Amino acid sequence: MSIRVENITYVYGGGTPYEKTALSGVDLTIEKGEFVGIIGHTGSGKSTLIQHLNGLIHPTEGRVLVDGVDLAGKSREAAAKRHTVGMVFQYPEQQLFEETVAQDIAFGPRNLGCSEEEVDARVHEAMSFVGLDYETYAGRSPFRLSGGQMRRVAIAGVIAMKPDFLILDEPSAGLDPVGRREIFSQIRKWYEEGAFSVILVSHNMDDIAKLATRLLVMNHGRCILDGDPMDIFLHHREELEAAGVDVPPLTKTLLYLKGRGIPVPERAVACEEAANALAKTLKGGKSC
Amino acid sequence: MLTDITLGQYYPGNSFLHRMDPRAKILCTMIFIVAIFLANSLWSYLLVTAFILASIAVSGVPVKMVAKAVKPLWIILVFTLLIHVLTTPGTPLVSFGWFSISEEGVRNGILMTLRLVYLIAFSSLLTYTTSPIVLTDGIEALLTPWKRVGVPAHELAMMMTIALRFIPTLLEETDRIMKAQSSRGADFTTGNLWQRAKSMVPLLVPLFISAFRRADDLATAMEARCYRGGEGRTKMHQLLYTWRDGAAFAAVAVVTAALAGMRWFL
Ligand SMILES: Nc1ncnc2c1ncn2[C@@H]1O[C@H](COP(=O)(O)OP(=O)(O)OP(=O)(O)O)[C@@H](O)[C@H]1O
Ligand SMILES: [Mg+2]
Repeated sequence: MSIRVENITYVYGGGTPYEKTALSGVDLTIEKGEFVGIIGHTGSGKSTLIQHLNGLIHPTEGRVLVDGVDLAGKSREAAAKRHTVGMVFQYPEQQLFEETVAQDIAFGPRNLGCSEEEVDARVHEAMSFVGLDYETYAGRSPFRLSGGQMRRVAIAGVIAMKPDFLILDEPSAGLDPVGRREIFSQIRKWYEEGAFSVILVSHNMDDIAKLATRLLVMNHGRCILDGDPMDIFLHHREELEAAGVDVPPLTKTLLYLKGRGIPVPERAVACEEAANALAKTLKGGKSC
Repeated sequence: MLTDITLGQYYPGNSFLHRMDPRAKILCTMIFIVAIFLANSLWSYLLVTAFILASIAVSGVPVKMVAKAVKPLWIILVFTLLIHVLTTPGTPLVSFGWFSISEEGVRNGILMTLRLVYLIAFSSLLTYTTSPIVLTDGIEALLTPWKRVGVPAHELAMMMTIALRFIPTLLEETDRIMKAQSSRGADFTTGNLWQRAKSMVPLLVPLFISAFRRADDLATAMEARCYRGGEGRTKMHQLLYTWRDGAAFAAVAVVTAALAGMRWFL
Protein backbone atom coordinates (compact mmCIF):
# COMPACT_ATOMS: atom_id res chain seq x y z
CA MET A 1 0.00 0.00 0.00
CA SER A 2 1.38 3.39 -0.87
CA ILE A 3 0.48 6.92 -1.85
CA ARG A 4 2.41 8.16 -4.84
CA VAL A 5 2.52 11.91 -5.49
CA GLU A 6 3.79 12.44 -9.01
CA ASN A 7 5.29 15.84 -9.56
CA ILE A 8 2.18 17.82 -8.66
CA THR A 9 1.53 21.52 -9.06
CA TYR A 10 -1.55 23.21 -7.67
CA VAL A 11 -2.80 26.67 -8.55
CA TYR A 12 -5.63 28.39 -6.64
CA GLY A 13 -7.88 30.66 -8.70
CA GLY A 14 -6.22 29.93 -12.03
CA GLY A 15 -6.93 32.56 -14.70
CA THR A 16 -7.98 35.30 -12.26
CA PRO A 17 -5.96 38.19 -10.86
CA TYR A 18 -5.88 36.29 -7.55
CA GLU A 19 -3.98 33.36 -9.03
CA LYS A 20 -1.73 31.69 -6.48
CA THR A 21 0.57 28.73 -6.98
CA ALA A 22 0.34 26.83 -3.70
CA LEU A 23 2.37 23.77 -4.73
CA SER A 24 5.00 23.44 -7.40
CA GLY A 25 6.62 20.20 -8.47
CA VAL A 26 6.10 18.12 -5.32
CA ASP A 27 7.11 14.51 -5.89
CA LEU A 28 7.10 11.86 -3.17
CA THR A 29 5.95 8.41 -2.18
CA ILE A 30 4.47 7.54 1.20
CA GLU A 31 4.61 3.85 2.08
CA LYS A 32 2.31 1.98 4.42
CA GLY A 33 3.93 1.80 7.85
CA GLU A 34 5.48 5.25 7.80
CA PHE A 35 4.76 8.02 10.27
CA VAL A 36 5.33 11.12 8.21
CA GLY A 37 5.61 14.56 9.79
CA ILE A 38 5.09 17.64 7.61
CA ILE A 39 6.37 21.02 8.77
CA GLY A 40 6.69 24.41 7.11
CA HIS A 41 5.85 28.06 7.63
CA THR A 42 2.29 29.36 7.49
CA GLY A 43 1.09 29.30 3.90
CA SER A 44 3.81 26.93 2.70
CA GLY A 45 1.23 24.59 1.18
CA LYS A 46 0.95 21.86 3.82
CA SER A 47 -2.84 21.80 3.93
CA THR A 48 -2.99 22.00 0.15
CA LEU A 49 -0.64 19.02 -0.19
CA ILE A 50 -2.52 16.76 2.20
CA GLN A 51 -5.87 17.54 0.60
CA HIS A 52 -4.49 15.95 -2.55
CA LEU A 53 -3.78 12.72 -0.73
CA ASN A 54 -7.42 11.75 -0.42
CA GLY A 55 -8.65 13.35 -3.60
CA LEU A 56 -10.40 16.37 -2.10
CA ILE A 57 -8.63 18.52 -4.63
CA HIS A 58 -6.97 17.37 -7.81
CA PRO A 59 -3.59 18.62 -8.97
CA THR A 60 -3.42 21.24 -11.70
CA GLU A 61 -0.50 19.25 -13.07
CA GLY A 62 0.72 15.81 -12.14
CA ARG A 63 -1.06 12.85 -10.56
CA VAL A 64 -1.77 11.35 -7.16
CA LEU A 65 -1.96 7.56 -7.09
CA VAL A 66 -3.09 5.38 -4.20
CA ASP A 67 -2.00 1.78 -4.88
CA GLY A 68 -1.62 2.75 -8.51
CA VAL A 69 -5.15 4.16 -8.82
CA ASP A 70 -5.40 7.77 -9.95
CA LEU A 71 -7.56 9.64 -7.43
CA ALA A 72 -8.77 12.10 -10.05
CA GLY A 73 -10.64 9.26 -11.76
CA LYS A 74 -14.39 8.94 -11.49
CA SER A 75 -14.42 5.16 -11.14
CA ARG A 76 -15.79 3.26 -8.15
CA GLU A 77 -12.26 2.08 -7.49
CA ALA A 78 -10.96 5.65 -7.17
CA ALA A 79 -13.77 6.48 -4.70
CA ALA A 80 -12.94 3.39 -2.64
CA LYS A 81 -9.26 4.34 -2.57
CA ARG A 82 -10.13 7.83 -1.43
CA HIS A 83 -11.85 6.32 1.59
CA THR A 84 -8.73 4.42 2.60
CA VAL A 85 -7.17 7.79 3.38
CA GLY A 86 -8.82 9.42 6.39
CA MET A 87 -8.44 13.13 6.99
CA VAL A 88 -8.77 15.13 10.18
CA PHE A 89 -8.94 18.82 9.26
CA GLN A 90 -7.70 21.82 11.16
CA TYR A 91 -10.40 22.58 13.77
CA PRO A 92 -12.43 19.47 12.90
CA GLU A 93 -15.00 20.19 15.62
CA GLN A 94 -16.63 22.63 13.19
CA GLN A 95 -17.90 19.76 11.06
CA LEU A 96 -20.11 18.14 13.72
CA PHE A 97 -23.81 18.11 12.83
CA GLU A 98 -25.71 15.16 14.32
CA GLU A 99 -27.99 15.15 17.33
CA THR A 100 -25.85 12.80 19.37
CA VAL A 101 -22.17 12.04 19.59
CA ALA A 102 -22.71 8.39 18.63
CA GLN A 103 -24.69 9.33 15.51
CA ASP A 104 -22.07 11.78 14.42
CA ILE A 105 -19.29 9.21 14.71
CA ALA A 106 -21.50 6.71 12.87
CA PHE A 107 -21.84 9.03 9.85
CA GLY A 108 -18.65 7.81 8.14
CA PRO A 109 -19.15 4.05 8.63
CA ARG A 110 -22.78 4.37 7.48
CA ASN A 111 -21.64 6.09 4.30
CA LEU A 112 -19.27 3.19 3.75
CA GLY A 113 -22.29 0.89 3.86
CA CYS A 114 -21.43 -0.97 7.05
CA SER A 115 -24.12 -3.06 8.79
CA GLU A 116 -25.70 -1.63 11.94
CA GLU A 117 -23.76 -4.00 14.22
CA GLU A 118 -20.53 -3.09 12.49
CA VAL A 119 -21.34 0.63 12.81
CA ASP A 120 -22.06 0.18 16.49
CA ALA A 121 -18.84 -1.72 17.09
CA ARG A 122 -16.85 0.92 15.26
CA VAL A 123 -18.45 3.75 17.27
CA HIS A 124 -17.51 1.99 20.52
CA GLU A 125 -14.00 1.42 19.31
CA ALA A 126 -13.51 4.97 18.02
CA MET A 127 -14.81 6.49 21.24
CA SER A 128 -12.46 4.45 23.36
CA PHE A 129 -9.66 5.48 20.97
CA VAL A 130 -10.16 9.16 21.72
CA GLY A 131 -10.81 8.50 25.40
CA LEU A 132 -14.51 9.34 25.55
CA ASP A 133 -16.56 7.09 27.79
CA TYR A 134 -19.39 5.53 25.74
CA GLU A 135 -21.97 5.48 28.51
CA THR A 136 -21.40 9.13 29.41
CA TYR A 137 -21.09 10.72 26.00
CA ALA A 138 -22.79 8.59 23.34
CA GLY A 139 -26.22 10.11 23.86
CA ARG A 140 -25.13 13.71 24.38
CA SER A 141 -25.40 16.48 21.86
CA PRO A 142 -22.00 17.22 20.34
CA PHE A 143 -22.79 20.93 20.66
CA ARG A 144 -22.93 20.73 24.44
CA LEU A 145 -19.34 19.59 24.82
CA SER A 146 -16.19 21.54 25.48
CA GLY A 147 -13.95 22.41 22.55
CA GLY A 148 -11.50 19.65 23.41
CA GLN A 149 -14.23 17.07 23.71
CA MET A 150 -15.69 18.14 20.38
CA ARG A 151 -12.26 17.70 18.83
CA ARG A 152 -12.17 14.14 20.13
CA VAL A 153 -15.61 13.38 18.71
CA ALA A 154 -14.48 14.71 15.33
CA ILE A 155 -11.31 12.62 15.37
CA ALA A 156 -13.36 9.58 16.39
CA GLY A 157 -15.57 10.22 13.35
CA VAL A 158 -12.56 9.70 11.10
CA ILE A 159 -11.08 6.80 13.11
CA ALA A 160 -14.41 4.98 12.74
CA MET A 161 -13.81 4.82 8.99
CA LYS A 162 -10.78 2.60 9.70
CA PRO A 163 -8.49 4.33 7.22
CA ASP A 164 -5.19 2.79 6.10
CA PHE A 165 -3.64 6.23 6.11
CA LEU A 166 -4.62 8.77 8.75
CA ILE A 167 -3.90 12.40 7.94
CA LEU A 168 -4.01 14.92 10.77
CA ASP A 169 -3.79 18.66 10.12
CA GLU A 170 -2.72 20.36 13.35
CA PRO A 171 -4.74 18.04 15.56
CA SER A 172 -3.51 19.59 18.77
CA ALA A 173 -4.14 23.30 18.06
CA GLY A 174 -6.16 24.69 20.96
CA LEU A 175 -5.97 21.58 23.14
CA ASP A 176 -4.59 21.57 26.68
CA PRO A 177 -1.27 19.72 27.21
CA VAL A 178 -2.95 16.72 28.83
CA GLY A 179 -5.48 16.36 26.03
CA ARG A 180 -2.72 16.64 23.48
CA ARG A 181 -0.60 13.98 25.14
CA GLU A 182 -3.59 11.64 25.38
CA ILE A 183 -4.52 11.97 21.74
CA PHE A 184 -0.95 11.55 20.55
CA SER A 185 -0.31 8.56 22.78
CA GLN A 186 -3.40 6.88 21.31
CA ILE A 187 -2.33 7.67 17.77
CA ARG A 188 1.11 6.32 18.50
CA LYS A 189 -0.28 3.16 20.08
CA TRP A 190 -2.52 2.41 17.10
CA TYR A 191 0.27 3.24 14.72
CA GLU A 192 2.61 0.85 16.50
CA GLU A 193 -0.05 -1.85 16.40
CA GLY A 194 -0.09 -1.35 12.64
CA ALA A 195 -3.67 -0.06 12.41
CA PHE A 196 -2.71 2.75 10.05
CA SER A 197 0.08 4.91 8.70
CA VAL A 198 0.05 8.50 9.87
CA ILE A 199 0.70 11.78 8.12
CA LEU A 200 0.90 14.56 10.68
CA VAL A 201 1.03 18.28 9.94
CA SER A 202 2.18 20.20 12.98
CA HIS A 203 3.88 23.38 14.07
CA ASN A 204 4.98 21.60 17.22
CA MET A 205 8.50 20.30 16.60
CA ASP A 206 8.51 18.31 19.82
CA ASP A 207 5.59 16.18 18.70
CA ILE A 208 7.18 15.66 15.32
CA ALA A 209 10.55 14.67 16.81
CA LYS A 210 8.90 12.20 19.18
CA LEU A 211 6.55 10.58 16.72
CA ALA A 212 7.59 10.86 13.10
CA THR A 213 9.76 8.31 11.33
CA ARG A 214 10.12 10.58 8.34
CA LEU A 215 10.02 14.34 7.98
CA LEU A 216 8.97 16.53 5.05
CA VAL A 217 9.83 20.23 5.13
CA MET A 218 7.73 22.53 2.94
CA ASN A 219 8.82 25.99 1.84
CA HIS A 220 6.82 28.16 -0.57
CA GLY A 221 5.04 25.23 -2.17
CA ARG A 222 8.10 23.05 -2.55
CA CYS A 223 9.24 20.07 -0.53
CA ILE A 224 12.80 21.10 0.28
CA LEU A 225 13.85 18.39 2.73
CA ASP A 226 12.74 14.78 3.10
CA GLY A 227 14.34 12.28 5.44
CA ASP A 228 14.89 11.08 8.98
CA PRO A 229 13.64 13.79 11.40
CA MET A 230 16.73 13.77 13.63
CA ASP A 231 19.11 13.90 10.68
CA ILE A 232 17.24 16.90 9.35
CA PHE A 233 17.11 18.66 12.72
CA LEU A 234 20.81 18.06 13.36
CA HIS A 235 22.31 18.64 9.95
CA HIS A 236 20.05 21.10 8.13
CA ARG A 237 19.52 23.93 10.58
CA GLU A 238 20.22 26.68 8.04
CA GLU A 239 17.70 25.30 5.56
CA LEU A 240 15.14 24.94 8.34
CA GLU A 241 15.68 28.50 9.45
CA ALA A 242 15.39 29.73 5.86
CA ALA A 243 12.12 27.82 5.60
CA GLY A 244 10.81 29.60 8.69
CA VAL A 245 10.77 26.61 11.03
CA ASP A 246 12.88 25.73 14.03
CA VAL A 247 14.42 22.61 15.53
CA PRO A 248 12.76 21.20 18.67
CA PRO A 249 13.69 23.12 21.83
CA LEU A 250 15.26 20.00 23.35
CA THR A 251 17.48 19.40 20.33
CA LYS A 252 18.43 23.06 20.37
CA THR A 253 19.48 22.86 24.02
CA LEU A 254 21.43 19.65 23.51
CA LEU A 255 23.21 21.07 20.48
CA TYR A 256 24.16 24.12 22.52
CA LEU A 257 25.51 21.98 25.34
CA LYS A 258 27.42 19.88 22.86
CA GLY A 259 28.86 23.03 21.35
CA ARG A 260 30.17 23.90 24.82
CA GLY A 261 31.99 20.60 24.96
CA ILE A 262 29.58 18.73 27.24
CA PRO A 263 28.99 15.19 25.96
CA VAL A 264 25.24 14.76 25.52
CA PRO A 265 23.07 12.44 23.39
CA GLU A 266 21.92 15.09 20.89
CA ARG A 267 19.52 12.63 19.25
CA ALA A 268 17.37 12.32 22.38
CA VAL A 269 13.71 13.10 21.79
CA ALA A 270 12.38 12.79 25.35
CA CYS A 271 13.41 15.16 28.11
CA GLU A 272 13.83 12.25 30.55
CA GLU A 273 16.30 10.54 28.28
CA ALA A 274 18.38 13.68 27.89
CA ALA A 275 18.19 14.53 31.57
CA ASN A 276 19.32 11.06 32.62
CA ALA A 277 22.27 11.11 30.28
CA LEU A 278 23.22 14.60 31.38
CA ALA A 279 22.95 13.67 35.06
CA LYS A 280 25.14 10.68 34.40
CA THR A 281 27.95 12.80 32.98
CA LEU A 282 27.63 15.44 35.67
CA LYS A 283 27.51 13.07 38.63
CA GLY A 284 30.03 10.72 37.14
CA GLY A 285 27.79 7.90 36.10
CA LYS A 286 24.91 8.04 38.59
CA SER A 287 21.48 8.18 37.00
CA CYS A 288 18.65 10.09 38.64
CA MET B 1 -14.56 24.54 -6.73
CA LEU B 2 -16.91 26.69 -4.72
CA THR B 3 -14.42 29.37 -3.74
CA ASP B 4 -13.71 30.01 -7.43
CA ILE B 5 -16.99 31.94 -7.64
CA THR B 6 -16.03 35.58 -7.73
CA LEU B 7 -18.75 37.57 -6.06
CA GLY B 8 -18.77 41.29 -6.41
CA GLN B 9 -16.14 40.31 -9.02
CA TYR B 10 -13.88 43.28 -8.41
CA TYR B 11 -10.96 43.40 -10.83
CA PRO B 12 -8.17 45.27 -9.04
CA GLY B 13 -6.53 48.05 -11.00
CA ASN B 14 -5.65 51.69 -11.06
CA SER B 15 -7.31 52.93 -14.22
CA PHE B 16 -9.34 56.07 -14.85
CA LEU B 17 -12.52 54.14 -14.10
CA HIS B 18 -11.09 52.59 -10.94
CA ARG B 19 -10.25 56.03 -9.62
CA MET B 20 -13.62 57.62 -10.33
CA ASP B 21 -16.02 58.45 -7.52
CA PRO B 22 -18.46 55.57 -6.99
CA ARG B 23 -21.46 57.93 -7.04
CA ALA B 24 -20.44 59.25 -10.43
CA LYS B 25 -19.91 55.71 -11.70
CA ILE B 26 -23.31 54.53 -10.52
CA LEU B 27 -25.09 57.56 -12.01
CA CYS B 28 -23.18 57.37 -15.32
CA THR B 29 -23.99 53.68 -15.60
CA MET B 30 -27.68 54.30 -14.97
CA ILE B 31 -27.84 57.14 -17.49
CA PHE B 32 -26.00 55.20 -20.16
CA ILE B 33 -28.17 52.10 -19.66
CA VAL B 34 -31.25 54.22 -20.35
CA ALA B 35 -29.45 55.74 -23.32
CA ILE B 36 -28.81 52.28 -24.77
CA PHE B 37 -32.56 51.94 -25.18
CA LEU B 38 -32.63 55.09 -27.30
CA ALA B 39 -30.52 53.44 -29.97
CA ASN B 40 -32.59 52.26 -32.93
CA SER B 41 -30.48 52.69 -36.03
CA LEU B 42 -27.28 51.17 -37.34
CA TRP B 43 -25.31 54.33 -36.62
CA SER B 44 -26.59 54.65 -33.09
CA TYR B 45 -25.67 51.03 -32.41
CA LEU B 46 -22.21 51.69 -33.76
CA LEU B 47 -21.89 54.67 -31.41
CA VAL B 48 -22.98 52.58 -28.40
CA THR B 49 -20.54 49.81 -29.38
CA ALA B 50 -17.72 52.30 -29.74
CA PHE B 51 -18.46 53.89 -26.36
CA ILE B 52 -18.58 50.53 -24.58
CA LEU B 53 -15.37 49.33 -26.23
CA ALA B 54 -13.68 52.59 -25.30
CA SER B 55 -14.86 52.25 -21.70
CA ILE B 56 -13.52 48.68 -21.52
CA ALA B 57 -10.21 49.85 -22.96
CA VAL B 58 -9.99 52.68 -20.43
CA SER B 59 -10.86 50.36 -17.51
CA GLY B 60 -8.00 47.97 -18.21
CA VAL B 61 -10.33 45.02 -17.57
CA PRO B 62 -9.64 42.27 -20.13
CA VAL B 63 -12.43 41.76 -22.66
CA LYS B 64 -12.38 38.11 -21.58
CA MET B 65 -13.55 39.09 -18.09
CA VAL B 66 -16.40 41.18 -19.50
CA ALA B 67 -17.42 38.26 -21.70
CA LYS B 68 -17.39 36.06 -18.60
CA ALA B 69 -19.94 38.37 -16.99
CA VAL B 70 -22.25 38.07 -20.00
CA LYS B 71 -21.94 34.30 -20.37
CA PRO B 72 -24.08 33.12 -17.42
CA LEU B 73 -27.07 34.93 -18.93
CA TRP B 74 -26.93 33.18 -22.28
CA ILE B 75 -30.27 31.43 -21.74
CA ILE B 76 -32.07 34.75 -21.41
CA LEU B 77 -30.24 36.06 -24.47
CA VAL B 78 -31.16 33.05 -26.61
CA PHE B 79 -34.73 33.25 -25.34
CA THR B 80 -35.00 36.95 -26.25
CA LEU B 81 -33.61 36.26 -29.69
CA LEU B 82 -36.02 33.39 -30.36
CA ILE B 83 -39.10 35.25 -29.10
CA HIS B 84 -38.41 38.16 -31.44
CA VAL B 85 -37.44 36.05 -34.41
CA LEU B 86 -40.45 33.78 -34.12
CA THR B 87 -43.21 36.20 -33.17
CA THR B 88 -42.61 39.39 -35.17
CA PRO B 89 -44.90 39.59 -38.22
CA GLY B 90 -43.60 41.12 -41.47
CA THR B 91 -41.97 40.24 -44.77
CA PRO B 92 -41.41 36.49 -44.65
CA LEU B 93 -37.80 35.41 -45.06
CA VAL B 94 -38.33 31.67 -44.84
CA SER B 95 -41.49 29.79 -43.93
CA PHE B 96 -42.08 26.26 -42.72
CA GLY B 97 -45.75 25.52 -43.10
CA TRP B 98 -47.56 27.19 -40.23
CA PHE B 99 -44.87 29.60 -39.09
CA SER B 100 -42.51 31.88 -40.87
CA ILE B 101 -39.48 33.92 -39.97
CA SER B 102 -39.70 37.55 -41.00
CA GLU B 103 -36.97 39.95 -41.89
CA GLU B 104 -38.16 42.35 -39.19
CA GLY B 105 -38.09 39.51 -36.69
CA VAL B 106 -34.45 38.72 -37.34
CA ARG B 107 -33.56 42.40 -37.17
CA ASN B 108 -35.47 43.04 -33.94
CA GLY B 109 -34.17 39.87 -32.38
CA ILE B 110 -30.55 40.76 -33.05
CA LEU B 111 -30.97 44.35 -31.90
CA MET B 112 -32.79 43.43 -28.69
CA THR B 113 -30.24 40.75 -27.82
CA LEU B 114 -27.42 43.15 -28.55
CA ARG B 115 -29.01 45.70 -26.23
CA LEU B 116 -29.09 43.19 -23.41
CA VAL B 117 -25.47 42.19 -24.04
CA TYR B 118 -24.46 45.85 -23.93
CA LEU B 119 -26.45 46.44 -20.79
CA ILE B 120 -24.83 43.53 -18.95
CA ALA B 121 -21.36 44.29 -20.28
CA PHE B 122 -21.54 47.94 -19.25
CA SER B 123 -22.90 47.29 -15.79
CA SER B 124 -20.27 44.60 -15.27
CA LEU B 125 -17.68 47.33 -15.77
CA LEU B 126 -19.15 49.09 -12.74
CA THR B 127 -18.66 46.05 -10.50
CA TYR B 128 -15.29 45.19 -12.04
CA THR B 129 -13.83 48.61 -11.35
CA THR B 130 -15.45 49.34 -7.97
CA SER B 131 -14.67 47.29 -4.89
CA PRO B 132 -17.88 46.18 -3.14
CA ILE B 133 -17.19 48.31 -0.08
CA VAL B 134 -16.69 51.46 -2.14
CA LEU B 135 -19.81 50.59 -4.11
CA THR B 136 -21.90 50.43 -0.94
CA ASP B 137 -20.40 53.73 0.16
CA GLY B 138 -21.57 55.21 -3.12
CA ILE B 139 -25.03 53.71 -2.80
CA GLU B 140 -25.35 55.02 0.74
CA ALA B 141 -24.34 58.51 -0.35
CA LEU B 142 -26.84 58.45 -3.21
CA LEU B 143 -29.64 57.22 -0.94
CA THR B 144 -28.98 59.71 1.86
CA PRO B 145 -31.21 62.49 0.41
CA TRP B 146 -34.08 59.97 0.44
CA LYS B 147 -33.77 59.52 4.20
CA ARG B 148 -36.38 62.21 4.67
CA VAL B 149 -39.02 60.07 2.98
CA GLY B 150 -38.09 57.12 5.17
CA VAL B 151 -35.39 55.26 3.22
CA PRO B 152 -33.04 53.73 5.82
CA ALA B 153 -29.91 54.57 3.81
CA HIS B 154 -27.30 53.85 6.45
CA GLU B 155 -28.91 50.63 7.63
CA LEU B 156 -29.21 49.34 4.07
CA ALA B 157 -25.60 50.16 3.37
CA MET B 158 -24.44 48.55 6.59
CA MET B 159 -26.39 45.40 5.81
CA MET B 160 -24.87 45.27 2.36
CA THR B 161 -21.37 45.82 3.71
CA ILE B 162 -21.77 43.05 6.26
CA ALA B 163 -23.28 40.67 3.73
CA LEU B 164 -20.48 41.38 1.27
CA ARG B 165 -17.91 40.94 3.98
CA PHE B 166 -19.24 37.52 4.95
CA ILE B 167 -20.00 36.02 1.56
CA PRO B 168 -16.40 34.95 0.91
CA THR B 169 -16.03 33.72 4.47
CA LEU B 170 -19.15 31.61 4.23
CA LEU B 171 -18.16 30.26 0.83
CA GLU B 172 -14.77 29.29 2.21
CA GLU B 173 -16.41 27.65 5.16
CA THR B 174 -18.88 25.78 2.96
CA ASP B 175 -15.97 24.55 0.91
CA ARG B 176 -14.12 23.36 3.99
CA ILE B 177 -17.08 21.61 5.59
CA MET B 178 -17.95 19.99 2.27
CA LYS B 179 -14.43 18.62 2.04
CA ALA B 180 -14.49 17.42 5.63
CA GLN B 181 -17.79 15.60 5.13
CA SER B 182 -16.75 14.16 1.77
CA SER B 183 -13.71 12.68 3.41
CA ARG B 184 -16.16 10.94 5.73
CA GLY B 185 -17.87 9.48 2.69
CA ALA B 186 -20.63 12.07 2.21
CA ASP B 187 -21.83 12.34 -1.36
CA PHE B 188 -23.29 15.67 -2.45
CA THR B 189 -23.58 15.06 -6.15
CA THR B 190 -25.42 11.81 -6.88
CA GLY B 191 -28.82 10.40 -6.00
CA ASN B 192 -32.35 11.68 -6.57
CA LEU B 193 -33.64 15.03 -5.36
CA TRP B 194 -34.70 13.73 -1.95
CA GLN B 195 -31.36 12.01 -1.34
CA ARG B 196 -29.51 15.10 -2.38
CA ALA B 197 -31.59 17.33 -0.13
CA LYS B 198 -30.89 14.96 2.74
CA SER B 199 -27.18 14.95 1.99
CA MET B 200 -27.20 18.71 2.53
CA VAL B 201 -27.91 18.32 6.26
CA PRO B 202 -24.30 17.52 7.23
CA LEU B 203 -23.30 20.65 5.34
CA LEU B 204 -26.01 23.08 6.40
CA VAL B 205 -26.07 22.35 10.13
CA PRO B 206 -22.40 23.22 10.74
CA LEU B 207 -22.71 26.16 8.36
CA PHE B 208 -25.66 27.67 10.19
CA ILE B 209 -24.05 27.10 13.55
CA SER B 210 -20.93 28.94 12.48
CA ALA B 211 -22.91 31.70 10.75
CA PHE B 212 -24.89 32.35 13.94
CA ARG B 213 -21.73 32.29 15.99
CA ARG B 214 -20.11 34.78 13.64
CA ALA B 215 -23.16 37.05 13.70
CA ASP B 216 -23.10 36.96 17.47
CA ASP B 217 -19.39 37.76 17.60
CA LEU B 218 -19.82 40.59 15.14
CA ALA B 219 -22.69 42.11 17.10
CA THR B 220 -20.64 41.99 20.27
CA ALA B 221 -17.62 43.49 18.54
CA MET B 222 -19.72 46.32 17.08
CA GLU B 223 -21.32 47.04 20.40
CA ALA B 224 -17.94 47.00 22.14
CA ARG B 225 -16.88 49.75 19.74
CA CYS B 226 -19.98 51.79 20.56
CA TYR B 227 -21.72 51.37 17.23
CA ARG B 228 -25.17 52.92 17.44
CA GLY B 229 -26.36 53.44 13.91
CA GLY B 230 -25.65 56.08 11.31
CA GLU B 231 -26.63 59.25 13.20
CA GLY B 232 -23.68 61.63 13.44
CA ARG B 233 -21.25 59.12 12.00
CA THR B 234 -18.31 60.42 9.99
CA LYS B 235 -16.43 58.59 7.28
CA MET B 236 -12.81 57.57 7.11
CA HIS B 237 -12.85 57.81 3.32
CA GLN B 238 -14.74 60.91 2.22
CA LEU B 239 -16.22 60.68 -1.25
CA LEU B 240 -14.94 63.44 -3.48
CA TYR B 241 -15.90 64.41 -7.02
CA THR B 242 -12.85 65.15 -9.18
CA TRP B 243 -12.19 66.20 -12.76
CA ARG B 244 -12.45 62.54 -13.77
CA ASP B 245 -16.07 62.45 -12.72
CA GLY B 246 -16.79 65.66 -14.61
CA ALA B 247 -15.15 64.24 -17.72
CA ALA B 248 -17.09 60.99 -17.44
CA PHE B 249 -20.39 62.81 -16.96
CA ALA B 250 -19.60 64.98 -19.98
CA ALA B 251 -18.77 61.95 -22.14
CA VAL B 252 -21.95 60.14 -21.14
CA ALA B 253 -23.99 63.31 -21.69
CA VAL B 254 -22.56 63.81 -25.18
CA VAL B 255 -23.25 60.20 -26.17
CA THR B 256 -26.76 60.31 -24.71
CA ALA B 257 -27.50 63.55 -26.53
CA ALA B 258 -26.16 62.09 -29.77
CA LEU B 259 -28.32 59.00 -29.38
CA ALA B 260 -31.39 61.08 -28.59
CA GLY B 261 -30.65 63.27 -31.60
CA MET B 262 -30.31 60.28 -33.92
CA ARG B 263 -33.55 58.81 -32.64
CA TRP B 264 -35.74 61.88 -32.98
CA PHE B 265 -34.16 64.07 -35.63
CA LEU B 266 -32.63 61.72 -38.18
N1 LIG C 1 -9.02 28.41 -1.01
C1 LIG C 1 -7.93 29.11 -1.33
N2 LIG C 1 -7.98 30.05 -2.32
C2 LIG C 1 -6.90 30.74 -2.68
N3 LIG C 1 -5.68 30.60 -2.14
C3 LIG C 1 -5.54 29.70 -1.15
C4 LIG C 1 -6.65 28.91 -0.69
N4 LIG C 1 -6.21 28.10 0.29
C5 LIG C 1 -4.91 28.37 0.44
N5 LIG C 1 -4.49 29.34 -0.42
C6 LIG C 1 -3.12 29.87 -0.54
O1 LIG C 1 -2.25 28.80 -0.83
C7 LIG C 1 -1.08 28.87 -0.04
C8 LIG C 1 -0.89 27.59 0.75
O2 LIG C 1 -1.91 27.47 1.71
P1 LIG C 1 -2.03 26.26 2.72
O3 LIG C 1 -3.36 26.36 3.37
O4 LIG C 1 -1.73 24.99 2.01
O5 LIG C 1 -0.87 26.61 3.77
P2 LIG C 1 -0.44 25.84 5.10
O6 LIG C 1 0.95 25.42 4.90
O7 LIG C 1 -1.45 24.80 5.43
O8 LIG C 1 -0.50 27.00 6.18
P3 LIG C 1 -0.92 26.93 7.75
O9 LIG C 1 0.28 26.47 8.48
O10 LIG C 1 -1.25 28.35 8.06
O11 LIG C 1 -2.09 26.02 7.87
C9 LIG C 1 -1.22 30.10 0.83
O12 LIG C 1 -0.42 31.11 0.29
C10 LIG C 1 -2.68 30.45 0.77
O13 LIG C 1 -2.83 31.85 0.78
MG1 LIG D 1 -2.93 24.58 6.96
